[in-house]
Amino acid sequence: MFSSLSIQRLAGAALICLLSACGSSSTRPDSRNDYVKTLPPIGNTLSKANVNPSQLLNRLTFGSNFTSDQQLQSVNMDRYLDQQLRARGSVVPNVIQAQINSMTITQLSMEELIHKLEAQRIEADQQKGVDDSLRKAYQQELNRLYRESATRSLLRDIYSPNQLQEQMTWFWMNHFNIHSGKHNIRAMLGDFEENAIRPNALGNFRDLLRATAYHPAMQRYLDNEYNAFGHINENYAREIMELHTMGVNSGYSQKDVQELARVLTGIGVNLLGTPPKIKPELSHLYLRRGLFEFNPQRHDFGDKQFLGNTIHGRGLNEMEDVLTMLTRQPATAHYISKKLATYFVSDNPSDALIQSMANSFLQSDGNIPVTLRTMFDSPEFIASLGHKFKDPLHYAVSVVRLAYDGSYIVNTGPMLNWLNMMGQPFNGHPTPDGYAMDESAWASPGQMNVRFDIARAMAFGTPGLFKVDNMTLTDKPPAPALASSMYAKTMSGTFSPETRNALKQAKSPNEWNIFFLASPEMMRR
Amino acid sequence: MHRRDLLKSLLAMSVLPATGYCSNALAAPATQNRLLLVFLRGGYDACNLLIPTSSSFYYESRPNIAIARPSDNPQSALELNADWGLHPALRESIYPMYKNGEVAFIPFAGTDDLTRSHFETQDTIELGQPLNTSRNYHSGFMNRLATVINDGKGVPAMAFTDQLPISMQGTASVGNTSLRSLSKSSVDTRQSDIIQKMYGKTGLAQQVSEGFAVRQDIAMEMQDEMNAANRDAITTKGFTLEAKRIAKMMREKYSLGFIDVGGWDTHVDQGGAKGALAGKFEELGRGLATYKNEMGDAWQNTTVVVISEFGRTFRENGKRGTDHGHGSVYWVLGGGTKGGQIVGEQTKVNAGQLFQNRDFPVLNEYRAVLGGLFSRIYGLNNQQINTVFSGVKSRDLGLI
Repeated sequence: MFSSLSIQRLAGAALICLLSACGSSSTRPDSRNDYVKTLPPIGNTLSKANVNPSQLLNRLTFGSNFTSDQQLQSVNMDRYLDQQLRARGSVVPNVIQAQINSMTITQLSMEELIHKLEAQRIEADQQKGVDDSLRKAYQQELNRLYRESATRSLLRDIYSPNQLQEQMTWFWMNHFNIHSGKHNIRAMLGDFEENAIRPNALGNFRDLLRATAYHPAMQRYLDNEYNAFGHINENYAREIMELHTMGVNSGYSQKDVQELARVLTGIGVNLLGTPPKIKPELSHLYLRRGLFEFNPQRHDFGDKQFLGNTIHGRGLNEMEDVLTMLTRQPATAHYISKKLATYFVSDNPSDALIQSMANSFLQSDGNIPVTLRTMFDSPEFIASLGHKFKDPLHYAVSVVRLAYDGSYIVNTGPMLNWLNMMGQPFNGHPTPDGYAMDESAWASPGQMNVRFDIARAMAFGTPGLFKVDNMTLTDKPPAPALASSMYAKTMSGTFSPETRNALKQAKSPNEWNIFFLASPEMMRR
Repeated sequence: MHRRDLLKSLLAMSVLPATGYCSNALAAPATQNRLLLVFLRGGYDACNLLIPTSSSFYYESRPNIAIARPSDNPQSALELNADWGLHPALRESIYPMYKNGEVAFIPFAGTDDLTRSHFETQDTIELGQPLNTSRNYHSGFMNRLATVINDGKGVPAMAFTDQLPISMQGTASVGNTSLRSLSKSSVDTRQSDIIQKMYGKTGLAQQVSEGFAVRQDIAMEMQDEMNAANRDAITTKGFTLEAKRIAKMMREKYSLGFIDVGGWDTHVDQGGAKGALAGKFEELGRGLATYKNEMGDAWQNTTVVVISEFGRTFRENGKRGTDHGHGSVYWVLGGGTKGGQIVGEQTKVNAGQLFQNRDFPVLNEYRAVLGGLFSRIYGLNNQQINTVFSGVKSRDLGLI
């Protein structure tokens, strides 16, 4: 037998982190507190409904474990929910933060990174056909930076006590999906997540939408950098309406898309920092912020008719107007609410739930925590606990959180590989709509098989998580704390008779681990 | 237990579940017809596959990489007709099939998407929806095809890829499993039995047992291959091996299949009669010929369609390669194919006919062409075709 009951190591430290902003991560000064104030006071809905704490944790976090259970028990369920809704910043244990601090994406700003990479790319292009090693090196560097941002996300998903914020960060990364394969976007994803998405994940929807619109990764991914007066590219305009705000077939017309595309003319990126030539009379409207650029010379200054309103042609401020208008559309409130409910409640949330969330969204002017609170307080949410099928990320992270609670992984490689095998790598969805959220997308025969492979790998311990690539492991990797853990044992007591019967047939602790991690209960949250 | 027995037992045990998983475990194709879509990712250089041998402009445009006009020289093009020749790397594989009437080529084929971006054009083609309208990103044309053939009852379909490609995504349940390298299930038979029992009363019972069954198939296939390797010295590998595995699966279980082959983005030193691209053609041709042989009698009811996202620039670039272009050449192969011909609308190959003075034009829009082909294979009516490719009039090139 293996004897690891050392899970409490992390628990104490992390609990303090949750309440005060410890750890070395920086949070930007927070104007979002304004919105949080509109959150209703802590209620008693969850306590009164006698919700199973472990099931609640499985939904509010990336997977329940002993550490998160301790956090929840130290307050109560409703207060815990309130803390999760108010949580800001990424707070992870120091050893994990140290891994994040050592990353290039932490040490260099996106602007510095891209300037360096662009120089490298231009040199590689000049050597094309003569010396292809430069091009290869450039591509490898992009891949490495992509892996850094995926790794940072994963580490936070596993270790941050602010679990709802991490789930919402992934949710919005997927909502505003950017595929890693295009251009040099791999070098921009870390910044997109860190500075556009995460600070607004539990903030206001308009701020979030605006942050994505001002981000060079979005401008590149949806081709708005090519959108100019006389050379219209509708791609971004269409996706803003269809995927980011109102949703398809929600009442806008093709004409609205065309007019929005005109509003967005001249907005794009400037990767080299060379200022464009601009007529003196327009130069006061020029804007460059980091890699983002508004070039008035490429802008269509005519008036536009958008959603029944006239937008006076005057430059970048037109976009500010339309983003506010879009945030306040009932269709947007409905579309966002439905997507949130699909992620957090069920594949087919009721119209009543969506409508009450949409009301909260509209009344709070796009306040995300307020909208979420309406959802979490609903009987439909409580009734749904334990039934939502985990997507691949939830499965992979929940397995590691549970089996290695209290240990710190040093290499996410095996997990990134699992996500590839299950078909959900970070920013790997090729089209702007992002990954699907329903069970049928993730429960095919082949995908179920991969989960059982992962269960088996984890059951015996996955040494790859505890060693840096190309190095041999000096210490024995920690054994997964499942068969020996009271927490997992207690959990298994709530499993179906069929699952408990399977666990009884285990011939060894490792085999017990396999059946536990492969069980139908572990596939749901 | 032999594979066939296993498949029979699979057949016996599977019942259509109420959950809408119209299930691959139903096995044995419900229609006799089998269709495999081969997607060459990267935009292959179609002008060096189907060589416009009557065009002096071709030879002017490609001083370093052109394939010589048909002659006794083994490195010259293989004559198909007065205007077209085939790359000599396909001498042993595709050329005999062409002469035997089992292969047709459609030059000037492709999409009207002009982004010249790999990702975007691949997505456009796989979605198969009209351009410049809002698109449903979860609905690919192969999946829609699966919903209309067999009177809407669904057919077993499989993507032989690591991830489910866009063309196979949609409302019909389609599995995916890569056969490039085989690996057995890591849980043993006893454990998989116990796991299946855990799921017995859940909504996932069907998927779980089907998943283990496919893995068992693969394990047997591995054993077969190992036995074969012990008998003869020559081992198959690469795409040929993959094609052979796919053929076995298609022969016995699936009506619709998808496979992609990468590595066609030849910007630099692509070579001519020999070289990098010739090697790719050789491997692809050998794989497709192997596929035919492995299908056996089922080849008569099999159609294979080879497509790519775009063609490449007609003129070679400064690095003896070619860049992203427009019109491509599609292939249609099969035992029932009226092959041995170059079909579809065509034009003279000269500078004046190039699209934007650089590429093959698209004269045979792929949705119309594939729509026409599918309606011939499956006897689909207009409404059904419109479900697969909405808003286009199909063009029947008489290939079936």
